Amino acid sequence: MTTVNSAVRLGLMLGLMAGPAVAQEGDPQRGETAAAVCVACHQANGSGKHIDGAESWPRLAGQNAGYIAKQLQDFKAGRRQNATMQPFANMLDDQQIADVAAYYSQLPVTEAEGGGEADEALLARGEQLALRGDWNAYIVSCKSCHGPGNEGAGSTFPGIASQHAGYIEAQLHAWQANERGNDPQNLMGAIAKRMSDEDIRAVAAWLASQKVTAQ
Amino acid sequence: MNNRSIGLALTGVILAGGVSAGVWAEYETLVEMGYPAPKEGELVHVPPTMEDLEEADLHPELKQVIRRGYDLFTNTQQLRGVNVFNDMNCSSCHLGEGRQPFSGPVWPAAVTLPDFRGKNQHVNNLEERIAGCFAYSMNGTPPIYGSDDMVALSAYHQWLATGVPMYPGQPIYGRGFPRLDEPEQAPDYARGEQIYQEQCAVCHSEDGSGLYQAGEYVFPAPWGDGSNNWGAGISRTFTMAGFVKHNMPLGQPMSLSDQEAWDVALYITSQERPQDPRYTGDVRETRERFADTFHKHTQYGTEREHDGALLGNHGNTGEKGEIRPWNVGMPRFEYLED
Repeated sequence: MTTVNSAVRLGLMLGLMAGPAVAQEGDPQRGETAAAVCVACHQANGSGKHIDGAESWPRLAGQNAGYIAKQLQDFKAGRRQNATMQPFANMLDDQQIADVAAYYSQLPVTEAEGGGEADEALLARGEQLALRGDWNAYIVSCKSCHGPGNEGAGSTFPGIASQHAGYIEAQLHAWQANERGNDPQNLMGAIAKRMSDEDIRAVAAWLASQKVTAQ
Repeated sequence: MNNRSIGLALTGVILAGGVSAGVWAEYETLVEMGYPAPKEGELVHVPPTMEDLEEADLHPELKQVIRRGYDLFTNTQQLRGVNVFNDMNCSSCHLGEGRQPFSGPVWPAAVTLPDFRGKNQHVNNLEERIAGCFAYSMNGTPPIYGSDDMVALSAYHQWLATGVPMYPGQPIYGRGFPRLDEPEQAPDYARGEQIYQEQCAVCHSEDGSGLYQAGEYVFPAPWGDGSNNWGAGISRTFTMAGFVKHNMPLGQPMSLSDQEAWDVALYITSQERPQDPRYTGDVRETRERFADTFHKHTQYGTEREHDGALLGNHGNTGEKGEIRPWNVGMPRFEYLED
């Protein structure tokens, strides 16, 4: 998300974050230092990486700071499970989490990978799911929560346009298998469980092929 | 065009409820999710999708106009400041692009109107019915009858009804926001507030103002200036309860108990919103005048129990200021009195 500046984003984070992840003001400069442990996977520019057929690492650049902070807190507390992420999250204290989140949130959104080889029919299905949904299967559109352009809404609903296909697929499958459940009120889980493998491939490919341009 | 209405019931396997198997397959998901199955004699219709429109054998210009109607329906905010003066789209309440059963699907209006309407006490056609939504639910003033926008919206409604006979004369499966049975306990504001904050506020915000992102609406405002006014159908507690039960939280319909739906509906319909365009200048008088046809179901003009606030006792019309919807109070067919 690059249409909302980091000050607004922090404001949203402070205003909307609830629960144990007590909102703290993050400092992007300190965050850059603290993020040294993140760059091996998420890269210096926050682009993350798509790896075909293996674990993909999400783009963090331009992601909402409140969302990033909540995910880190959830990894620490075990509300979100990932063997790779947990030890790194455990290295960060609350202030460092806020700082790292602030740092990545103000980086420009990078392009995503993994959507390039999808055929036209798959992309058309992906676009349908992302923008209009498939109500006969009660799959509501991504956009209805993830906001205009699927670039995120508030600190609860992350930007998913220009996110790596491998990461999106893995997360939707994790929700289906009850391996991820740190969304509020199971909002994502309920919908993920109605999606077919083909739907997941389609929507991941389409979202990964979207470019998010800075304004 | 794939005609999947079973209004004619000439072909297809007929299930016990009189529903063709081909049509029913598309709605099986609903029953798995806890919605009722069709009852004996109900008309089940699966409206075409925008994907079907592309394949349909219709004049290309008609397709363009239907697409324009769809676009207006799902992005009614493009009429902001002209016809719309709050933060709503048609599809904010009519989920699934106006196609979805139990979510006020809009195609039944195209096959059951013209008909007498209790709310304004005369016979309304489809355009007048749509105009009513603009005056109340959109807190605005309608496009004029026969205008491009009105024709486009009507065309979209009518096309969704493709294959359904006019005046079908049988109950329609999933019509409206079905009314819930009366709750065991009287709806309770405090319980409703708790449910709202726990289950609704993450999207619609604690203060009911909804959620905007980059200046665009994401989640509609359930009350306040961005919401429907006091004359909108969904300001009635039973309508809100039916809507919530069958549609909310988004993606998880039928998850609240009837009691919870009534409680949260009372909480939402006990909050302030823009004035009813039928306001006479006195809220108690306005309530009384439209009590039988409408306000006996709202909290308008009543004192809220916990703080004594007299709801609707204000001149706030929201963003539309002095604009008065031209269709409100317009008499029709009075010369036909016998």
